Amino acid sequence: MASWDWEVFCKDTATSEVMAGCLGAGGKDITYLQWMMSAWGWTMSVALLALLVALLLGTLMGVLRTTPVKGLVWLGNAWTELFRNIPLLVQVFLWYHVLPALVPPLKDLPSFVLVVLALGLFTSARIAEQVKAGIQSLPKGQRYAGLALGLTLPQTYRYVLLPMALRIVIPPLTSESMNIVKNSSVAFAVSIAELTMFAMQAQEETSRGIEIYLAVSLLYFISAFSINRVALFIERRVQVPGLIGGGK
Amino acid sequence: MIHLPLARLLAVAAAALLATGAAQADTLKKIKDSASITLGARESSGALAFTLGDGKYVGFHTEMAQRIAEDLRKQLGLPKLEVKFQAVTSQNRVPLVQNGTVDLECGSTTNNAARQKDVAFAMTTYVEEVRIAVKANSGITSINQLNGKTVATTTGTTSVQTLRKHERSAGVDFKEVFGKDHADSFLLLESGRADAFVMDGQILAGNISKAKHPADFKIVGEVLSVEPIACMLRKDDPAFKKAVDDSIKGMVKSGELAKLYDKWFMQPIPPANTKVGLPASDATKAAWANPNDKPMEDYAKK
Repeated sequence: MASWDWEVFCKDTATSEVMAGCLGAGGKDITYLQWMMSAWGWTMSVALLALLVALLLGTLMGVLRTTPVKGLVWLGNAWTELFRNIPLLVQVFLWYHVLPALVPPLKDLPSFVLVVLALGLFTSARIAEQVKAGIQSLPKGQRYAGLALGLTLPQTYRYVLLPMALRIVIPPLTSESMNIVKNSSVAFAVSIAELTMFAMQAQEETSRGIEIYLAVSLLYFISAFSINRVALFIERRVQVPGLIGGGK
Repeated sequence: MIHLPLARLLAVAAAALLATGAAQADTLKKIKDSASITLGARESSGALAFTLGDGKYVGFHTEMAQRIAEDLRKQLGLPKLEVKFQAVTSQNRVPLVQNGTVDLECGSTTNNAARQKDVAFAMTTYVEEVRIAVKANSGITSINQLNGKTVATTTGTTSVQTLRKHERSAGVDFKEVFGKDHADSFLLLESGRADAFVMDGQILAGNISKAKHPADFKIVGEVLSVEPIACMLRKDDPAFKKAVDDSIKGMVKSGELAKLYDKWFMQPIPPANTKVGLPASDATKAAWANPNDKPMEDYAKK
């Protein structure tokens, strides 16, 4: 059982012959290693684009939920509950199978776009919740002080509340960003050639499941951990001495 | 010295692992001593092996495995043999057979050279042919007409590699979409997202039989790949393999296996009481006539 066969990654994906230098000729002649790297690229593309969608929409919705305008609060709450209470995989299927049946133009969108939207909106609900919590953790006096100084409501958010609230929520946002890398594995269900699909397919073709899954696990780990390091770097760079989370 | 007990524990665990790894597999003794056998069962492998839920496993190969267990009971002279089922997936079936969790796995496992390094196979009892399913009105009759079309297949199956090989050797170029399971791939064909669904013939026939309008679909074109499907067991256990093989040969001789085939592939089967309607192929009949455990690579040479 403990006999490893790492050479499997150097095999051509059609002929199963071990290629010299572990690389195929390119085009359609690729090895499992090249396929895995391309799969890693898909995983990161889905994850990073979805993260962008999630951060933009999540922050917006989180802010809306703390405004004094009832309609906006309702919108933010409805958004959060809608995307938070449906399982991610179900949402992906809704985007892929159900919505295109109701809205025919969606059929022409590549599944990549649909899965980025599905994953981004799902995560935006979680980010909205964290941003809202960040803003609410500030003393009420901050908001009143901003308004009393004659700032408009948007200005109060821009110059008083958000600079502090966003710094406070960096740690939970880091977790969310790492989650999105791992959650991007649902994209395999709608035919994105990402790491999880590679693992399922390559282990079947090569019968070397343990080696394949170990390598894929390592790539997920590296990806999530890099995001963690980047977030830590950002957290250090933006910290303000004396503020919450500002360090010594 | 806090580390010492931990180190000792690890050493003991390592020794135990090595011991089990080195021991000669003797499944017959294990079955006799425990008066039980654990069969690996698939949950969704078409009429070959599937589940009705509630821990109930049925299908051509599942029922065949139960008959093999009954023959083993007779051979070992046991008054009673408990037959346990362990659900397996294509990801975990080989390790579970290797580590002894499962004694015999009869589902939809292809006997190929790569797997023979890790496990042994019983006599081939079903020969799978990879085919193409299309909409009946599509006019497609051959793989070469799929140039530029979208082809669906299921992630984690050998059909994906078959398609890739074909694409490279025949110089056709198609867009592939991958369903996460067979039902999903069939949905891609049904909803028009794909023009064809390339998969094991019996899976295609089973899915078509369960469709809303079975007449809308048909199986066309050449056989893209031939794969012997056989029960999987531990390597280096000749006594157990012989017992299983003898049981299979007995069923072939008595006509029991052909009857089982008829029951699962030609008659209405649960849960929907639909017929797969796939008569035994010449390749399957040939495997029954000359019992053998040749891997898939030997079929490709012909």
